[in-house]
Amino acid sequence: MTRFILARVGFGLLVLFLLSVFVFVLFYVSPSDPARIIAGDKATEELMAQIRVKLGLDQPIYVQYLNFVGNLLRGDIGFSYRSGLPVSDLLYARVPVTMSLVFGAVVLWLAIGIPIGIASAKHPGSLRDRFGQGFAIVGISFPTFVLGMMALFLLYFLPTKAGVTLFPPGGYVPFAEDPLGWAWHLILPWTTLALVVAAVYARLTRGQMLEVLGQDYIRTARAKGLTERRITYTHAFRSAMPPLVTQLGIDIGLMLGGVIVIEQVFGLLGVGSLAVTSVAMQDRPVVIAIVLLGGVFVVVANLVVDLLYAVLDSRVRTAAR
Amino acid sequence: MSLSTSKPPAPRLATPKTAAIAARNAADVQLRGSWSLTFARLRRDPASIGSITVILLIVAFALGAPLVAAWTGHGPTEQFRDTGLSPSGIPVGPSAEFLLGADQLGRDVLVRLAYGAQVSLLVGVVASIAASVIGVVVGVVAGFFGGPVDTVLSRITDLVMSVPFLLCAIALVAVLGPSLPLSIAVIVFFSWTGLARVIRGQVMALRHREFVEAARSLGASRTSIMFRDILPNLVVPIIVYTTLMIPSAIVFEATLSFLGLGIVPPTPSWGNMLADAANGSLYLIAWWMVVVPGGALLALTLAFNLLGDGLRDALDPAASKGGKGA
Amino acid sequence: MALLEVSNLVVDIPTEDGTVHAVQDVSFTVHEGEFFGIVGESGSGKSVMVQSIMGLVAGARTSGTVDFRGRNLLALGDEAMRSVRGREIGMIFQDPLSSLHPQYTVGWQIVEQIRAHEKISQQAAKARAIELLERVRIPDAAARFDAYPHQFSGGMRQRVMIAMALSLGPALIIADEPTTALDSTVQAQILDLLDEMRREFGATVVMISHDLGVLARVADRVMVMYAGRRMELGESANVLCSPAHPYTAGLLRSSAFNREPGTPLVPIAGRPPSLLAPPSGCAFAARCPDAMSICSERPPLRRYDDGTEVVCWLEGEPGEPPAPELPPAVEARSDDPAADASIVRVESLRLAFPQRRGPARVVLDDITLEVRRGETLGLVGESGCGKTTLARAIAGLVAPTAGTVTFDGHELSTLGRREWRSLRRRVQVVFQDPFGSLNPRRRVGSIIGDPFRIHGLASGQGRRAEVQELMELVGLNPEHYNRFPSQFSGGQRQRIGIARAIALKPELVILDEPVSALDVSIQAQVLNLLDELQRTLGLTYLFISHDLSVVRHVCDRIAVMEGGRIIELDDADRLYRDPQQPFTKRLLAAAAPEIPRTPARRRLVRTARPREAGPAPVLLPERAIEGARR
Ligand SMILES: Nc1ncnc2c1ncn2[C@@H]1O[C@H](COP(=O)(O)OP(=O)(O)O)[C@@H](O)[C@H]1O
Ligand code: SF4
Ligand SMILES: [Mg+2]
Repeated sequence: MTRFILARVGFGLLVLFLLSVFVFVLFYVSPSDPARIIAGDKATEELMAQIRVKLGLDQPIYVQYLNFVGNLLRGDIGFSYRSGLPVSDLLYARVPVTMSLVFGAVVLWLAIGIPIGIASAKHPGSLRDRFGQGFAIVGISFPTFVLGMMALFLLYFLPTKAGVTLFPPGGYVPFAEDPLGWAWHLILPWTTLALVVAAVYARLTRGQMLEVLGQDYIRTARAKGLTERRITYTHAFRSAMPPLVTQLGIDIGLMLGGVIVIEQVFGLLGVGSLAVTSVAMQDRPVVIAIVLLGGVFVVVANLVVDLLYAVLDSRVRTAAR
Repeated sequence: MSLSTSKPPAPRLATPKTAAIAARNAADVQLRGSWSLTFARLRRDPASIGSITVILLIVAFALGAPLVAAWTGHGPTEQFRDTGLSPSGIPVGPSAEFLLGADQLGRDVLVRLAYGAQVSLLVGVVASIAASVIGVVVGVVAGFFGGPVDTVLSRITDLVMSVPFLLCAIALVAVLGPSLPLSIAVIVFFSWTGLARVIRGQVMALRHREFVEAARSLGASRTSIMFRDILPNLVVPIIVYTTLMIPSAIVFEATLSFLGLGIVPPTPSWGNMLADAANGSLYLIAWWMVVVPGGALLALTLAFNLLGDGLRDALDPAASKGGKGA
Repeated sequence: MALLEVSNLVVDIPTEDGTVHAVQDVSFTVHEGEFFGIVGESGSGKSVMVQSIMGLVAGARTSGTVDFRGRNLLALGDEAMRSVRGREIGMIFQDPLSSLHPQYTVGWQIVEQIRAHEKISQQAAKARAIELLERVRIPDAAARFDAYPHQFSGGMRQRVMIAMALSLGPALIIADEPTTALDSTVQAQILDLLDEMRREFGATVVMISHDLGVLARVADRVMVMYAGRRMELGESANVLCSPAHPYTAGLLRSSAFNREPGTPLVPIAGRPPSLLAPPSGCAFAARCPDAMSICSERPPLRRYDDGTEVVCWLEGEPGEPPAPELPPAVEARSDDPAADASIVRVESLRLAFPQRRGPARVVLDDITLEVRRGETLGLVGESGCGKTTLARAIAGLVAPTAGTVTFDGHELSTLGRREWRSLRRRVQVVFQDPFGSLNPRRRVGSIIGDPFRIHGLASGQGRRAEVQELMELVGLNPEHYNRFPSQFSGGQRQRIGIARAIALKPELVILDEPVSALDVSIQAQVLNLLDELQRTLGLTYLFISHDLSVVRHVCDRIAVMEGGRIIELDDADRLYRDPQQPFTKRLLAAAAPEIPRTPARRRLVRTARPREAGPAPVLLPERAIEGARR
């Protein structure tokens, strides 16, 4: 087991290393000049040369890279070219917004998707199942931003025009300040994101449950005289879980990037929108930091999934002993 | 998942496991090729027929874009600031002149929709086919050769899957500058992994099936086993998966364009039409700017998703019913 | 006293392809305390019948009555049915691994069953479960309580299933092929255990099996089913020793264990009818040697004075069809007239698979063996003892770790590519699984034509003609050239595999459990085909099987394997009469004994015409089972 974990951690580090190299090389070949970005359009050549020396940009790329890694290990991610603020401060301001968004959406999509999937699988071919499958296929086909814009139009704009304010147009209130306001501001983005992803979970759950419900041990459970409830949850869903956990890990891992569009549509100032603006402004240190943060998210999520998987599967668990 | 669990040994007696299989065994044999059966099944499925119709209509619409432009007399990037915008600069809604309304620059949404369809279809189809070619090659090679080749290819696949793709995509596009080929390349790069994994798993399973052993014991060469014994069994997952990849590629492209990182304006694409609508929340007053391209996008992706499902049911009825296949 | 009384049970299962008439008008009575056997080929509706009695078949439409302790089970509400399941009727299924939940410990699963029906504490339930595990003789039961099903062997798992079924002291235990997935020596133990538990707990057992030998050993009374219908029912000694129904007689004639070695089996021609459109008259008519013109009408029920009940038009004893004539044997072929008598020599063969962790796993250990030209050498042993691996090593498909395999004077490990390829024409393999060994996406013509294509021997029309000739030879309709494997039955598929193997006129054919997946009557057909081919083509066979009676029937010499070694090798007769090794003795003891044939001394007492135009049977509402097996 330990060996397995070490291997996974090693792989995670490799991913992060390659990601950082990728972004570094990318900006190295980029035609834009950081010194120009920092100093502005009217800066003199000398000033720009000074800036380059100060940032070490005159050095070969591998030296720059080693410096970057060295700083990173000391906990220093650098400063934004644009605002001159420490990148860590920028992230610090943005991460809570994104985390709130992801957290709520995950809870919602599990709460919507899994029950729909189970209900579908329990009565395959029934009206309920057809509704569930219809929901799933429409949800999977819906581009997030189209759904988000529709939600804003229908639930914010039209009621507001009619004089009722159901939801705020966007923005963010920290949880610590006002928990209700926090939820109220996030409810539309949560729902939008959750509906789209819940569709995936509804399908996955249905497929898994159908497979498990056809297994011999479900027949045994019935022959034992257990209640339908117990058969569905304790026996069938228990076996259907591992693939769902895997998918959840992948989805949460990729969410840091995945919420970009939602943040754009709802005007939330999270990590995603920071990424978009920084990319547009060629703000290298910020982009590198966000990409790496995204990588860390994925790697950690995968690791957690692997461990959970081992806990969930008796065969893996007993083999590891 | 690198933690594999061993399958329990199959019981010795071939008692049919599921009803569908059992019933088919019991049914009288039918003298029909599998393709004609497939088409018969597809034809009986209204969702598949509907989705094929929608796709064909959208293809015709895209191909007929120049005709639409000629008929309305509006070019795709032509701006009609007098007729398309109200005096206060607000775009006009659907009217006799602009059937589906005008956008913020007074351009005809209908004409742009037709040209945008070209982009969506092109990106969707080209990127999916390219990605599925890569995915199949990687999956087949990894699964068939196994050993170190498999380890290397699987690690590469895992690696690409562990990349926060949207973040990397926008970084890449921002640095290299948006363009149609780059969009396609990015989509392909991040899309092949799923199919590669599926195919690898299938090939590994097929490789241990008795009929492959039988071919080997007859003296068949590796190439012969690969192309005659293994590949025919991959046709179904490849067709289904590629079809289902098309809608996600289309949405991926639209997302890039929506973020301003896809097709360069003023060339129309559904994604940047939606971006125009979102810009300054213009769509809240000009609803057609989001309903028209958004609706088209939804219709196209929905059609492809339904078609993919229909194909899977028609090509492999046992699998889609939760059976294990005989 | 009758415990279970089933009358006119009909089970229809609607499917995409039409309605499967799985059980048609079956009636029988099970008396308290008896061991009741139900026998029939796979697909004859045995499982559907008992499962529909328990309400376990999703979407089934049932009619008739199932009277159990004064209640009609088919009309019981969900809640009432639930309290019958597990508490009053326990069930045991065929495959104990897939029938136990893989993610819970066996103890947990037994406790769950107890606590689902009785209000008792966790501790008390656990104590009871451990006691049960001890009673079914799980060693170290208290510690094994916390083990998962995959940590048990097949036989131990079935013991756990039995313990679970017994946990609430049910009046009736239904066991659906409880020993089919197990090795023969374990089978015997499980049967004995089941019988012992029946006496100890005072329960009644209904056991399903496709194996006449198994039922002959344990059942008090048996019912024979075919195509969803009841054929014969009575005391097992009467039914099995002097069958009154042509189908029962046919089954016995085609069972290898029941025929002297050397006497050919007499298969039942043809195959069972489709249950989607079963014949309206006698379901067996198409295959029955005694069929008469009246048999196209529904046969009457005839009751004899010894209690035997038969559904058949025949009034006398079933006839004895002549055994099939076998062609005279030709000399074993050999390319080299000076070749010695042995075709394959295996010397000190050892094969170990490296494992990721720990030492390599030794699968074959110091095996020395000789296959003589023209003989049939049998290889028996329990599952996992290395039979298939040895076959693959002899065929040259895996390289040995040490030792040599010599084919006709050439050592396999020294062969070049070309020679290896030409060896492939001389050694062929027929595989066990008739479903897995044929590529589902290729047509039969191209599957059988493969050897010609691979060795560049015939193409186009020529290949087609060769293939059709082969199809004819193995008893397939050559017009089915363009069909896919899924369009054939198991027995036909095995014929396809045989046609492919003999296409290039090999000298040695390795048969890896060629009939294990087939029903008895089909087994006999295939075994006879193999015999015929051997005689006409002069083939040498290496015949692998776990079933000693089949091996004994077809083989000249028998090698017994245990744990990767050959522990005994002798002439078939001598090995049978005078086994040396304890393992061989155990194998022999576990094999089904021949059923003595006694002349029938029974008198017809009553004939009941089928209810032709009587009142329509009452259709009961479909029992709702949520999301169950489809
Ligand atoms: N759930 C089901 N749905 C439809 N057909 C079924 C189902 N289960 C079994 N059958 C069909 O019913 C017939 C009897 O099957 P079964 O009872 O399993 O036979 P046996 O147990 O005698 O081998 C077979 O033709 C089988 O294909
Ligand atoms: S009814 Fe006729 S066909 Fe059927 S078993 Fe009896 S004799 Fe044979
Ligand atoms: Mg059965």
